[in-house]
Amino acid sequence: MAKQTARQRLRNEINAGSMADIAFLLLIFFLVTTTIVEDKGLKVRLPPWTPDAPIADVSSRNVFTVLVNADDELLVRGEQIPITALKDYAKEFIANPKRKAEFAKKPTKAVISLQNDRSTSYEMYVAVYNELKAAYNELWNDLAQLRYGKPYSEDMPLAMKKAIRSEIPLVISEADPFQAEN
Amino acid sequence: MAFTKKRGNTSPEVSTASLPDIIFMLLFFFMVVTVLRDAELKVKVNTPQATELTKLEEKSLVNYLYIGRPLERYHSLYGTKPRLQLGDKFSSVKDIPLFLEKHKIKVPENRHGQITSSLRVDGEVTMGVVQDVKTELRKSNQLKVNYSAKKRAD
Repeated sequence: MAKQTARQRLRNEINAGSMADIAFLLLIFFLVTTTIVEDKGLKVRLPPWTPDAPIADVSSRNVFTVLVNADDELLVRGEQIPITALKDYAKEFIANPKRKAEFAKKPTKAVISLQNDRSTSYEMYVAVYNELKAAYNELWNDLAQLRYGKPYSEDMPLAMKKAIRSEIPLVISEADPFQAEN
Repeated sequence: MAFTKKRGNTSPEVSTASLPDIIFMLLFFFMVVTVLRDAELKVKVNTPQATELTKLEEKSLVNYLYIGRPLERYHSLYGTKPRLQLGDKFSSVKDIPLFLEKHKIKVPENRHGQITSSLRVDGEVTMGVVQDVKTELRKSNQLKVNYSAKKRAD
């Protein structure tokens, strides 16, 4: 009995009143140091390195050559076009709905060859890449809408994604840039 | 009169006993989302705009390569030509394999294939520098690359 009363008397509690202050301090520290930057960008898969670049043997009707020169001008299949027209041109080339003889035989055969100058601005390069990717994204979207009744997205089932991407594979080959001739 | 009587009985103080708990919750939230910046930017990077963006999923699987013109205070030392920054120092293209290897060590071996290199490049930089970096990445078999860009509103 006596023991218990002694313990009761000795019961010492830590004053928790300053807990909030400590937590506040830590909170402010993390608030200041935190950077909620989400990194977004164009996902690209580079081709594996080979010492001498193999020249792909594809007939010219299936190749969509895009050249970007040092002045950020576009030359697509031999003609100069503005960047705003690139997406629709690429889409028509890949899908070839009217079965034109000069466009890709099948979407699976289509190859996009992108070549730039060493003096091309990075901004232009990204813009061109973006347009080409947009063309593919729109084609995938159309196909997904047709097949599954919903738009193509990154988080759709893997099998569906694979099916769509095997039907219209994204092939963008990047040749080494040409030097500005001067 | 009935109102005053009621008010007289209750104490007007709000209990602050749950304040620490709320603060702790906030604290834990910030502790979880926080990523301590390890690299101080020494080059000016203003990434271009694009529409077809994908989000980078896991931060621990990403290494960053910055390319841009050195900031004003480094002009006397490093000039004004676009430079590559790896980690927190100016580097040359030759340092890329070591940089990638150093990052690889921190990643479990079964996830080595998922490592992405994020290129944060200033829009005004010419492709020459970028091309050299890309070639070096290909040589080091680091093929998953992300061209960092901002969302374009349209």
